[in-house]
Amino acid sequence: MSELPVTIYTPESSLASPGKMVREMFADLAAGRELAWRLAVRDIQAQYRQAFLGFLWAFILPVANTLAWLFLTGAGIVTVSSTSLPYPVYVFSGTMLWAIFMDALNSPLQQANAAKGMLAKLNFPREALIVSGIYQTLFNAGIKLALVLVAIAVLGVLPGWRALLIPLGVMSLILVGTAVGVLITPVGLLYTDVGKAVPLLMQFLMYVTPVVFPMPKEGWAATLFAVNPLTPVLVTARDWLTGQTPEFLGYFLLVNLATVSLLLAVWIVYRLAMPILIERMSA
Amino acid sequence: MSETLVKVEGVSKKFCRSLKKSLWYGLQDLGREITGRRHGGNGELRPDEFWAVKDVSFELKRGECLGLIGRNGAGKTTLLRMLNGLIKPDTGRIELRGRVGALIALGAGFNPILTGRENIYVNASVLGLSKHEIDEKLTAIIDFAEIGEFIDSPVQNYSSGMQVRLGFAIAAVLDPDILVLDEVLAVGDAGFRSKCYNRIGMLQKEAAVIFVSHNMEHIARICSKVVAMIEGSCTISHTPVEGIQLYEKENLAIIGNDNPCLTVAPPFLSARVRILNPHMYWNDPLDILVQINSECMMEDLNLYGLLYASNGSVAISFVSTKRTNININQGMNVLRVHIKNIPLASGQYSLGLTLHPPENIAHILWSYKEHRITVEGGIPGFSACRLAADISVDYGFVDKK
Repeated sequence: MSELPVTIYTPESSLASPGKMVREMFADLAAGRELAWRLAVRDIQAQYRQAFLGFLWAFILPVANTLAWLFLTGAGIVTVSSTSLPYPVYVFSGTMLWAIFMDALNSPLQQANAAKGMLAKLNFPREALIVSGIYQTLFNAGIKLALVLVAIAVLGVLPGWRALLIPLGVMSLILVGTAVGVLITPVGLLYTDVGKAVPLLMQFLMYVTPVVFPMPKEGWAATLFAVNPLTPVLVTARDWLTGQTPEFLGYFLLVNLATVSLLLAVWIVYRLAMPILIERMSA
Repeated sequence: MSETLVKVEGVSKKFCRSLKKSLWYGLQDLGREITGRRHGGNGELRPDEFWAVKDVSFELKRGECLGLIGRNGAGKTTLLRMLNGLIKPDTGRIELRGRVGALIALGAGFNPILTGRENIYVNASVLGLSKHEIDEKLTAIIDFAEIGEFIDSPVQNYSSGMQVRLGFAIAAVLDPDILVLDEVLAVGDAGFRSKCYNRIGMLQKEAAVIFVSHNMEHIARICSKVVAMIEGSCTISHTPVEGIQLYEKENLAIIGNDNPCLTVAPPFLSARVRILNPHMYWNDPLDILVQINSECMMEDLNLYGLLYASNGSVAISFVSTKRTNININQGMNVLRVHIKNIPLASGQYSLGLTLHPPENIAHILWSYKEHRITVEGGIPGFSACRLAADISVDYGFVDKK
């Protein structure tokens, strides 16, 4: 008879034995792969089965946003300094990419909140929730990208050979979004304040990232834009999408490297936090 | 096949009564956890906290079944959640060998919009089955759940019974080494329940089972040991009878608070009720003395008696027959009540006794749960009333009917 796996639960923090913890983390990630896929398929099916407009919901919001900005600039209410791209292409690609980032950022907390009932009662690899969220974000990102590519092609902008790099840009957006999303999840599960504060903060962040405005050339605003780690991620993704030479490639790589380590760190926090959160959820 | 699969040593868990504080402590615990310190401090309670589970220890081998009993809020569910790895203990250690299967939250994770078939895949994945394993067991699950053509309808169109059946069917195909059951047997109709029993009986042979129930019949039938939890602490009994008696005793303490009283109404001035043999063996007679001081004569009174089981239900009743109807004189009277035998299962019972005039429900004497009797002998559970059956066997003879 084969040796049975032994599970031990003690009050000790699993940080006390880091080697074992890291092994368990990756084992759980692997064990949760299939579950993550199931959950993603379940959520996507349910989402589109119950919605009359179906896939339209993947891009209605950014499209509406784009139209609003085109109206504001077209009517001369807001003046935007000239962009290297035609403004409609600039604003449409920007809002779409930003929407992908926001999807990724909101997803971990959303997934965890929706799965509260399951979390409180069943033991399954908690990583599956995050991965399932990423799958769903990727699915919706695919729809958005297809739409953007068609739209900008109609407007006369083609990505050329750089189209091959588009997935990389999008993955980077999702990576950063997921890392931040996982970071806020533990506290967000305890206090609903977090879920309410995030849209506010993000609104602000959007305006210091070249989503709908081009980067200011000088002044403190220019510094703010340049320092913002989201700038290289978004700009690089847009450059690849629209076939331009990426402006901030170095900073882009740096941010991605930093994010990978951030993701590892917040993943650990997420794992450690889960039992504590579950205890408080149904207490 | 008798290795120890479950080892629980001195496990405790504290909970907080106030929500605001609970969330704040949660945040503090989070900070401690991230900085690598142990969970739950050094076993001290913070303001508004209490021990939901206190110092519980037991061991369980393969093939054994542990019954976990206790009143609501005694900490049973908390203990199960620790065993299932959902929450961390504050002190102590839990060691589990092998795959843990929990029949706790049937159908958790069902999406109401998706069909039963789709939900089987999702739910079974949550429970840890791979796609290959699910494909293999799909027909077995659908057959077990008896939901027929509904399998391709959205789960929101299912009756609640069908949802639970599907949930059980999915969970029941697991082959765990350790099986945790939380009162799942209370679901479904009689036919389905009996199927559940059989399935659990099969699993039980190969697994260590932890079983929570309020149904003493189930506990007595299935379990080999019993842990009775009282306000977080536990007592282990190695026979189910002992454990159940402990639980019933505690329950009785609660019923004791159910304002026992003796009321008399005119023309009775005072009365006293006494049980001559409060400790008895199964099927012994019961003798009760009732002293009554009456202002005037009363004729044709009726006497009703009840024995309440510790869960508050009426276990057995007795009544005066026409032949023995009661006449009371002015002044002191002593009534001797003799019941030939009390065929009750062992346990504690409390007495309710009323006297009233014929065709009138207003009682002039009411003794409610003032006195208790303890019955010994016979396995508790099953039913409160236990009659003796004489059985004879005839050989070599066929009854033509």
